[in-house]
Formats: sequence, C-alpha cells, structure tokens
Amino acid sequence: MSFSESFFTAKFGITQRDLEAYLAEALGRGGDYADLYFEYLATSSISIDESIVKSATQGVSLGVGVRVIAGERTGYAYSDDLSPEKIRHAAQVAALIASGPSKVDQTPLEEGRKRNLYPVLTAPSETAFKERVELAQRADHAARAYDSRIFQVQVTYADNLRHVMIATSDGVLSFDRQPLARMSVLVLARQGDGIPQQGHSGGGGRYELEYFRTERTPEFFAGEAARQAIVQLDAVEAPAGEQIVVLGPGWPGVLLHEAVGHGLEADFNRKGVSAFSGRIGQQVASPLCTVVDDGTIGGRRGSLNVDDEGNETQRNVLIENGILRGYLQDKLSSRITRASATGNGRRESYEHIPMPRMTNTFMLAGESDPADIIRSVPRGLYCANFGGGQVDITSGNFVFSASESYLIEDGKLTAPVRNATLIGNGPEAMKYVSMVGNDLRLDEGVGVCGKEGQSVPVGVGIPTVRIDRMTVGGTA
Amino acid sequence: MTFRELPAVAQDAVRQALGAGATDAECTIAEGDEFSANVRMGELETLKEAGSRGAGLRVLIGKRMGASYTSDLTPEGIRQMVRSAIDLAALTTEDPHAGLPEAEELGSLAGDLQLFSGETAGLPTERRIEMAKRAEAAALAVDPRITNSEGASFDSTVSGRVFANSRGFLGSYRTSYCSVSAVPVATQNGGMERDYWFTVARNYKGLEDPETVGRKAAQRALRRLGAVKVETQRAPVIFEPRIAKSLLGNIFDAVDGRAIYRRASFLAGKLGEKIANESVTIIDDGTIPGLFGTSPFDDEGVPTRRTPVIERGILKNYLLNSYTARKLSLKTTGNASRGITGNAGIGYGNFLLEAGERSQEEIIRSVKNGFFVTELIGSGVNTVTGDYSRGAVGMWIRDGELAFPVSEVTIASTLQEMLNGIGAIGNDLEFQSSISAPTIMIGEMTVAGR
Repeated sequence: MSFSESFFTAKFGITQRDLEAYLAEALGRGGDYADLYFEYLATSSISIDESIVKSATQGVSLGVGVRVIAGERTGYAYSDDLSPEKIRHAAQVAALIASGPSKVDQTPLEEGRKRNLYPVLTAPSETAFKERVELAQRADHAARAYDSRIFQVQVTYADNLRHVMIATSDGVLSFDRQPLARMSVLVLARQGDGIPQQGHSGGGGRYELEYFRTERTPEFFAGEAARQAIVQLDAVEAPAGEQIVVLGPGWPGVLLHEAVGHGLEADFNRKGVSAFSGRIGQQVASPLCTVVDDGTIGGRRGSLNVDDEGNETQRNVLIENGILRGYLQDKLSSRITRASATGNGRRESYEHIPMPRMTNTFMLAGESDPADIIRSVPRGLYCANFGGGQVDITSGNFVFSASESYLIEDGKLTAPVRNATLIGNGPEAMKYVSMVGNDLRLDEGVGVCGKEGQSVPVGVGIPTVRIDRMTVGGTA
Repeated sequence: MTFRELPAVAQDAVRQALGAGATDAECTIAEGDEFSANVRMGELETLKEAGSRGAGLRVLIGKRMGASYTSDLTPEGIRQMVRSAIDLAALTTEDPHAGLPEAEELGSLAGDLQLFSGETAGLPTERRIEMAKRAEAAALAVDPRITNSEGASFDSTVSGRVFANSRGFLGSYRTSYCSVSAVPVATQNGGMERDYWFTVARNYKGLEDPETVGRKAAQRALRRLGAVKVETQRAPVIFEPRIAKSLLGNIFDAVDGRAIYRRASFLAGKLGEKIANESVTIIDDGTIPGLFGTSPFDDEGVPTRRTPVIERGILKNYLLNSYTARKLSLKTTGNASRGITGNAGIGYGNFLLEAGERSQEEIIRSVKNGFFVTELIGSGVNTVTGDYSRGAVGMWIRDGELAFPVSEVTIASTLQEMLNGIGAIGNDLEFQSSISAPTIMIGEMTVAGR
C-alpha cells in the first residue's frame, strides 16, 4: 500500500506533508522525539442470555494521539477530532513538556517493510451482522444440548477492526489494519438443589469469520464451557499449603505472563523497581525453561504487524535455559537505556501513552511425555485451566486462580477441586520447574492484559510443566 | 460544541430514532477532560492533557433492542448512529422484559449535590506538578531505606453527562475529581517492597496534604520489608479499610440484579434471610452530597436513592435497574449504570458498610494470633458459589501487636462464612471512593503458606 492509498488519506484527506507539519509543530519547543498515532476503531458485539439476543451494538471511535519526548520526559495530548486545527492544538499541548528552541532535524518519513501476519480479506466486522448472530446462537444451542444440568448460558461475540497510522520524527511511517474477533461462552450447571457451578470457554484471533465455522466452532467453545461446569459439580475443597503442582498445556501459560513477563518490561527495569532489575545473565528459572515473547505468529490475538509505535514486532527470547536474557522495550525505555527496539511498545487506544507490553508469551516445549509428568507425582495438584492472575512486580509475588484443577494421588488424576489461588515469587518459582512436557500449546485467544489502566489483547502458552513447590490457597 | 449544547443533540438523536421507526429510544452523551502529571525522583516524567466525548443510542422497536455509539457528534455522525441502532434492532430477538423505566419512575434529585468544583478545573499546571513533587519528596525523606520511587502523581478529571429518553426525561450534570498519589520503593538486604497511598476530592482544597500522602505511602512500604511466609493454619483475619472495601465489592457483585435473575449468585433467593452477622449493615446511597458515588439520576434517568442491602445481618434488597426489576417482579432501585454503549448494567452509588464502635487498634489488640491484611492480589472470588481464595500481604499479629510482615500467602474461606464470621467492625469509616468500609475482623480463615 502506498501512502496515497492509505485509509486515513482516503477517509480524512491526511497527506504525508500534513504529518510532517504536525510533527514539526510537536517539536516546536525543543523535544527530542515526537510521534503521531491515528486510530479508527469500529467495534461490534452481540450478547445472548436466556437464549434471547438481548443486545447488538456497534460503533465507531477515532482520534489521534500526539507524543513528545524530551530527555526522560513525555508530553501527551489527543484529539477525537481529526481537523487540522485540533491536531495542531494537541501537538502544541504535547510540546509543552519541552522548553527551548526547536533543535531536532526531522527525518523524512519513509514507509517500512510490509508484511501481513493476518491476511484477512474480509474482517469479521465487515460481514453481515446476521451471520455473526447465527454463530452466537449456535453456541447457545450447543451448550444447552450438552447436559440437562446446564441451566444458564451466556454467549458473547465481539469483534473489532482497527486502522492505525503511525508517523514518527525519526522517519518511521507505518500503516496497519488489525482485525480481531472473539467468542466466549459462560454456563451455569446445577445438580438438583445443589450449588450452581460455572464453566467458561472462549477464543478467537485475527482471522476471518470462517475461523468460527471451520477451526474453532461455536460448538467447540460451548462444549468446553459445559464440560468444565459439569466437572465442577463434584469438586472437593482445594488443599492448603505447599504442593507439587502440574500445569496443563495452553492457558496455564498465564503463569509465565505473571511470574516473569511483567517483571521483564523495560520501564520497570529502567527505574529499578522490578524484582528482575539488574539480573540479565543470571539464573532465574530451572535450566529446563526457555521463555519467549513472540508478536509474529500468524493470526494470533497477541500478534501485530507493527507495534503501536510503528516498529515491527519480533520474537524475543526472555529466558534461555533458565538464564535471563532480555527485557521488553518501548521507544522511551530503549532511547534512555540505548537498547534495541523489541517491538513491544503498545497502547490501548489513541488516548493512551505507549508502554512496554507483552504480545504472545510462552515456554518452549521440553522432552517429557505429559503422562509421565503426572505419573511422577505421588501427591499434588493438576491445573488444567485458570482464570486471571496478578503480580506485584517489585516484590515479585504473583498469583493466579485455578478454575479447573484435580488432585493427583499416586500418579493419577482423581477428584476435581474447587477454585483456588496459587501464589509464588517470580524469580524463585520457576527454579522449581523439574519437568517440561513435549506438548506446547498456545491458548485459544481470550487474554486481556491490564497495566496502569490500559488493556491490550495478549496470548500465552505452555507445555505440561511440573513445579516441585508452590503454595496453593485452598481450605482443606 | 459546548456542554450546554449537548442536551439538544441528545434530544435530537432520540427524535430521529422515533422518526425512523423506534417505539422508544434513549441517548447518553458523555464528555471528559483528563489531566495527569507524574513525577519521579524529583523530576517531571509525564504530562498528559486532553478531552474527548462520545454519544450512545439505544432504541427499541417493540421488544427488540439495538444500540450504537459514535465519537462523531456532527449531524452526519448522529444520523449514522441512529441508522445503525435501528438496523441492529431488526437482528435481535424479542425480549418480553426489554424497555425503558416507566415515566413516573423517571426524575432527578433537586438541589446542589456538590459534584463539581470549578476551582479544580482552574488549578494551574505548575501547582499540580508541585503537589505531586511534594508527595514524592516527603516519601523519599522518611527513611534511608526508601531508595527508589515509582513516582507520584496529580490526576484530575472533569466529566459531563447528558441523558435524554423518549418518555420525556432530559437531564445533565458535571463532576470533578482530583487525586494525589505516591508509590515509594523500600529496600533492605536485597529485598524490595513498594506500597502506595492516595487522597481524592471533588475540589483540590479537600485533598489531604501531599506530605501526609507521601509519608503514609513510605511507612507502608517500609513496614513490608523482610516479609516472611507463615505456616499454613486457621486464624482470625483483620482487613484494614482499603481491603475491607474489596470484600464489599464482592458483596456488591452478589446482589447485582443480573446475577440474581440468572441465579448466578450465592445470595439469589435469599431475600429476607439472615446471611451475615447481625453487626453487619450495608447500604447503597447515591444521594449523599459531595461523595464519589453520588449522582442526581442513574443511567436510565431514575433518581438515585438510599437502599438498605443488608440490615443487621438480614438481606433486604438487591440492586436493580429497570430491566432486572421487571425480570424479578420488583421495582428499580435506581442503580442503572452504563458507558455510552449497549444495555444498562448495574452499578452502586455510595456502597458502604456502616461503622462499628471499636478503633482499629482495639480490634488488633483483641487478637492473640492472627493476620492483619494490607493488600490482596488476584481475582480468586467466585460469587456464584461464594468460594474465596486470594493472595495476601500484611502483618502477623502476636498477642495484640503487629509483630512482623507476611507475604506470599493466601487467605481462603467462603463469602457465606466470612459474612457470618465478621466478629468486629471498626469506627474508622472514611469516604475515599464510591465504595467504603471500616476495619473488619473475620473470626477465622485458612491462611496458606509454608
């Protein structure tokens, strides 16, 4: 795509000369760097509850964010009006962070290499609304048909299509069209007059709507949610205290996201406030662990052609055979610490300042047979699915909540157990990884990561892993 | 377009929707100006200032609903929003309970609710930055072990809201809000801990002094140094006010009308039953002037009110919007809450646990061996079953004294047992957000550690 064909030129008549003029305005008081982030976001959502399509919503938001960096300072302003006067005003407000005469020479804008990790011809949000409603209805029917003990089903389907244009004073000019779709199913099951139990499943990615007809059908997600709720009907109290914990493959990779991922974001490390600060080259996990953050996997929820600062995403090794290798960078941190860009500068929208964020974070497969891993445990907990997690990056303490787990007794999975929180310390917990399975799996595509009030879509993944010591927060 | 012109835009959108075939319609317009200044290690780090607005429309064609939103408030933007909502209504299913509140339910509280202060909006940028710097400097000066800082901030928001519907309601109000916060880092023997403190007010003159904020934050971070894991055991647990608030948030989730009609709450079907210790009274009150959860009307145009939720241990009311009220054959409690898009959800006004008589100090003194919790992490609360399990940080209590810091442990029980097990409630109720609670003690929970 050449500039003249870009979305923002076609729709709003913004030219390359305009961008250069806005950047000059932003640097008018002497900043070292400036960038513009134009965003046009169209969203749709459908929700089904009690088999009724109770809500169908769509809408559009658009705007531009202007950032100026002067030394370690950042000035930021945005406008939801793309008229030249409003954009110039935002540039002038952001420029106030610097003081002095304009001093940088702007590098002429030049478009970078093009690649397309999500070659979606028709984005889900561009299909007939009715087709999407029908997919959501299929999930509702399938969940209800799974078992007569299922008595409530909520299905949510949501998609968006984001067009972005990023221009920077160091010459980067990037365009991207980012489709994203997700379906989720939440069910409640009850046995007689007993306590209802929940099951939840969902997934999606940067795919065409066809993905939900061929790869992951509404029936797949519905069946998975229903299965979890039914399993939970027989759950026993979770154990309390230190246990051997085995994580199943896929979504339990949220452990990596919390235990190491956030702690390796460069902003925290530049400031010296992360439990991982200054530990590059040190052993922070067992030698069996290699953890990467990879924003380049085709179609994945956490993948991007370019990050929200216009840099190509890439595959970054965070931990290699247990040794800490690198941090996740954004523009500001890489400028200050003179590190190379890693393509991890992300933001929620044009209203937000970019920060170092994860993309798809996972552990590479090891050599153990997953069945052997379970067999090796005399007594412990097997976690198949998790809800969310959280980390205190300074102390390194992290938690995550098991939503489907089982007791392991004499090397076999036995009773399902009730929800419990697991807690550990980032740089310590992964030293207790003693077996890594050969069954790496990425999650289904539902992750949302929150940091300082900004949410972005991410992915996680992990093979079956045995951790010799972790505190389980049950009651038994 | 100024704020004064927005009511006409909302009314026009409703009129256009009716003209296009809607039988009912409602339009929300929200605008906000945000400001934030962060300082770190004595230097200004970020300065952010901007404003935005958006409109949302919900239409009913008979019993079918469609919704849309836009950030483009020009006549063309509004026309597109109307068209989009009308088109979508054709694709939803008839819902016998869909609809707006009845005309006689609509209204707005009279009088000045003290939600807006022009003085906050007019405070010069230099003063704002200076307040953040003072908070951080005070934190760094407390002790040589405060070696670092994640920074301190001054944040403010000035928002406006307009709501119009086809049953004759038109209302608008503005709010202002500002805060000063600090996040210092303490270090000792290679271990690092951070904590925070903040102050909020409608008018900046109501803020706690920045030095106090900084000092409190530093003392909290220092207190966490050298934390250990304790043995797994059952013990009494005390929640300080900011932690007790999170428990109150869990109770709110369990009395949310949507969870009730879906039977997705451990409190569904329990109206009139004793579900908590009789010392427990929880109120939702959206009418108290100046507080953070106060508004003249809810997000469906129904006046806010005072609703007892739990009175001396008895479950008295669920919190409802008009939809969940119709589902449950009850009356709305004026708790509709929404952004600019979709159907109204449920939110609280000022949701509070009434204060007891004992001071926090007295409550701690009454415990021989227990856990004083100052931070909770994770989301391990299931309001369907009541299962409760969260990561916790705090101080261990030995013979009535805060003895040593504890971290990397969990506390677990069920919300049912916790509500019944509330053994003491403090006299330290403060209003620092729309959810407020004093110190509480829970008789026994499982603390999992070593």
